[in-house]
Formats: sequence, C-alpha cells, structure tokens
Amino acid sequence: MTLTAFLQNVINALQWGSFYALIALGYSMVYGILLLFNFAHGDIFMVGAYIGFFVASGLLLLVASLGIVGLPSWVVLVVTIILAMFITSFVGMAVERIGYRPLRGAPRASAAITGLMIGIILETGNLALLGARRLSFPALIETTTYNIGGVSITNKKIMIVAVSLLLMFALHQFIQRTKWGMAMRATAYDFTVVPLMGVPLNTVAALTFGIGSALAAAAGILFGVAYPVLDPYMGILIGWKAFVAAILGGRGSIFGAALAGFLLGFIEIFVATIFPSTLRDLIAYSIILLILTFRPHGFFGEAHTARLRL
Amino acid sequence: MPLLHVKNMTHYFGGLRAVHNYNLGIEPGQIMGLIGPNGAGKTTIFNLITGIYSPTEGNILLDGNNIIGLQPYQIAAMGLGRTFQNLQLWRHMTVLEHVKMARYSKITYGLIGAFFGTPKRHREEAEIEERAYSLLELVGVQHLAGQIVTNLPYGALRRVEMARALATEPKVLFLDEPTAGMNPEELIQMMQIIRGVHKELGLAIFLIEHRMKFVMELCHYVQTLVFGKVIAEGTPDEIQNNPKVIEAYLGKETVT
Repeated sequence: MTLTAFLQNVINALQWGSFYALIALGYSMVYGILLLFNFAHGDIFMVGAYIGFFVASGLLLLVASLGIVGLPSWVVLVVTIILAMFITSFVGMAVERIGYRPLRGAPRASAAITGLMIGIILETGNLALLGARRLSFPALIETTTYNIGGVSITNKKIMIVAVSLLLMFALHQFIQRTKWGMAMRATAYDFTVVPLMGVPLNTVAALTFGIGSALAAAAGILFGVAYPVLDPYMGILIGWKAFVAAILGGRGSIFGAALAGFLLGFIEIFVATIFPSTLRDLIAYSIILLILTFRPHGFFGEAHTARLRL
Repeated sequence: MPLLHVKNMTHYFGGLRAVHNYNLGIEPGQIMGLIGPNGAGKTTIFNLITGIYSPTEGNILLDGNNIIGLQPYQIAAMGLGRTFQNLQLWRHMTVLEHVKMARYSKITYGLIGAFFGTPKRHREEAEIEERAYSLLELVGVQHLAGQIVTNLPYGALRRVEMARALATEPKVLFLDEPTAGMNPEELIQMMQIIRGVHKELGLAIFLIEHRMKFVMELCHYVQTLVFGKVIAEGTPDEIQNNPKVIEAYLGKETVT
C-alpha cells in the first residue's frame, strides 16, 4: 500500500469510526449506569436520523419561505444537529420510562428482550408512519473536495470527524464538570448511596438515556450527510457493530467505547483494502473475536461485574 | 416529641419476620446504640428507617413528619444520613468528590456555569470545597482530599464515608458498624472522631456496633436486638448487667 493510499484509508476510517464511536458511547453509558444493554439503541440512531431529516427539511422550508438569502449552509446543519439531538433525547428518555423502568427488578434477560422489541416497534412504527420508501437526506452542505498530495479529503469528512470529536469532548466535560455528570459517575460505581445524597436514581437513568440518544441522533445526522439515504432498518447493522465496539472498549467505559469505535472503523476499512470487500465483516469481526478472547473485558472494562442493578 | 420516632414497626421478608414490634425514640443530640448478635436484624432496621425497604407495619416520624413510603433520596433530604457496614464508596472518585457529591442538591450552577466557568460556579465551588474541607478535617482526612479512594487504607475510607454522610447535613446520623474491621488503635481514633463530630455538629447519632467497649463509652442509651426483637434497653450500665443481654451474647449457663 502506498503512503497516499494509506492516508486515504486513515481518513475514511476516521469518518467510519466516528459513527461507531458516537453510537457505542450510548451503549456504554447506559450499561455503566443500569448494567443493561439498550438493544434498541441502533434504532434510536435511525430515529435520530429521521428526526434530523424532518428538522432539516423544515428549516430549509422556513429559510426559503422567509426569503433569507445568503445564510451560510452550515448554520442550518448546526441548528439541525442541536435540535434533533434535543428531540431524540426525549425519545431515549421515553424508551427508558416506558420500556426499562418497569423492569428494574426483573431478570436481566427481560430487559434485553424488551430492548429488542422496542427496536422492532421503532422500525415498524416508522414503516407504518412513513411507508416503505426511502428518504433522501437533504444536502445541507455542498461537497468540496480538497486534494492534499494525492489524498482527497472532502469538507464533509472533516466536518463529521470534527463534530464527533467535539461531542465526545463535550461529553467528557459534562461528566467531569457538572453535578449531573458527577452523579452519573457515582451511580456507575455504586448506586446504593447515590439516593442518600439526595439524588433520585430515576433522574440519573433518564439523563443517561437522554444523552446517549442525543449522541446517536448526532451520529444519525452525520451519517445522513455522508450517505443521504434513510430507511427504517438503517440502524440495525450499524447498531450491532457499535455494540461490539462498546464491548471491545470495555463495558461502561466511555473512553473505551470511543476508542474502540474508531478502532472498529480502522479494522473494517483496512481489511477491505487488503481482502475482497465481500469478506470484510467476516475477517474484521474474526479479528475482534480474537481480541476479546485475550481481553474478555475489553480494553478498559473491569473484571468484577457482581454489582446490583438499579 | 423525639426527633426520630419509630412506632410498632414490623417487617417481614416473605414469611420471615425480620423485625418485630420495634420502637425507637431518638432525642436531638442523643447517641443511641443498637447492639445484638449477627443476623438479629440491626441493618434491616437501618434499611427500613432510611427507606431502602418499606416496613410491613408501623410508623416512622422524622421531626414529626411521616416518612414511610418516601423514596430514600427524599428521606435523606429530610435529614437522615448514613454510612454502611461494608463501605459503599465510589471507586475512581477522589475523597473531595465524595463529599462534593453529597452537596449535589445545593449546586445550582448549570451547564453554562460548568462549561464556561462563570463567577457563580467559582463562588459555589469555593463554598462547597470550603465546607467539604472542614468536614474532612473534622474526621481527620483533609490531607487525602485529592486521593482516589481505591488507594486509601481502610480506616481512612471509613472516615471518608462519614464525612460524606455529614455533608448531607443530617439531623440524625446512622452509623452501621463504624469500627468493623478496625484494629484497636483505629478503634480509639474512630471513637474520638465520633465524639468530635457529635460535639461539633450537635447531631443525634444512631449506631450499630458489636464492640461493647465502644458502645458503653459512647452511647447515652442502648437497645439490644435479638431475632428482630428488642429484648432489653436502657443506659449502657443497665444493659451491661442485664441477664438477658448476657445470655444472648454468651449463651445460657448450663453447667451447674
């Protein structure tokens, strides 16, 4: 592989890994707090992409009807991302409230099955509402391609990676600096005492679902910008792969999830350049299986799991 | 009217009667002890009063308000703080953060404050830290404020837990075996700390203990619990010489 081709692949891997990382964060955060995997999370990514679609379309209509000219295209994108993240966070909190909270004392398998069912409801609900046609995500920004020493970089790729990193940084700051973040960390380590500090656990759980879902929505919109075709089942495969990233990073580890998301992107892209692309996932996930054989708790997971559930 | 008043509390775990017709009255500033053999139901009583379990029967009044059916976070906010028999600390968080966490409900700065370091955040943080340091000093671990708790010795962890409980500004502090696993030296230090805390903050304390010496020296009043029932209560002196207590702890003399 030439250096140019290598760098080209690095850029593609960073973009691809951004999606995985953003989605994996939601899996890992929820696991950290509630010790369950929200298997509807991939579908929340899908819902986020659709909400982004409607927000963006609405904004474009609004801008056109108000006759605003010369508005920079990125303004609509930024507003879309923020609004869609906000709206999707409520979808996530509703999923927690309706699907998971009533099952707090139930066996863990029940929660897992509930997640799968919520996922199916979101997919088929979308199908029922919008019909079986694919939607095309509005082109919010024009593609500009830069050529640096034979490596082609589009402004979209830069934007996607930059926005992802910015969101991860913001999440880190949120967890480290705010009282809610502090409560989330404390809950993840030992939830029994958290209520005695005057913090309702339900608030922490809802907040965790809300933030995880907002990040998935951001991933959905960025995905829509890069691959502007939306369909109700778009979240399944990418959701499962992000779940793998969350496991690989170490259950409950925020940093691990982000890192493993990017690593997954790298493995997939580089496997595809070396081997026929039909074998991509087979080989990529065999590699990950091998890593997990030697590091069953992932990169940053802790060995003990004997904690109680919320 | 006692500060904390428990009337005729009974609790069943399935068919097992864990607590039977339990009564308690703690006056402001009083140190109350709860002793009894393993499995007598002492921690269950703590869990019932702090809202982790809801009693099958009975009334619990804190400052005259009924607290049965309230969530643990609500009861804590009303003035009940506690520590745990096996430490419940947050791995990977610093000692200072533990105490800060207890001030959660007092933090009013939001996202903007947290992200941009507004004067309000600085003011509140300074206030919280000052309060936190004074509590850490009271229990003698202020020099460990920046340490992650997993790196600390056992005796220090017990103190951190106590500082955390104190930071919620309880009217009654529940201590579940504050000297469990401590050596005699640490035990004496803990006794001094509890005395200091009691003197400094003037709060009521309700503590579970196994070590008689500790209970006898600290408590104003002691209850003895056996199989979920109070078999004797009174001043430490009365308890110490009560034949029922001696029997529960040492067994009945059968050799004649």
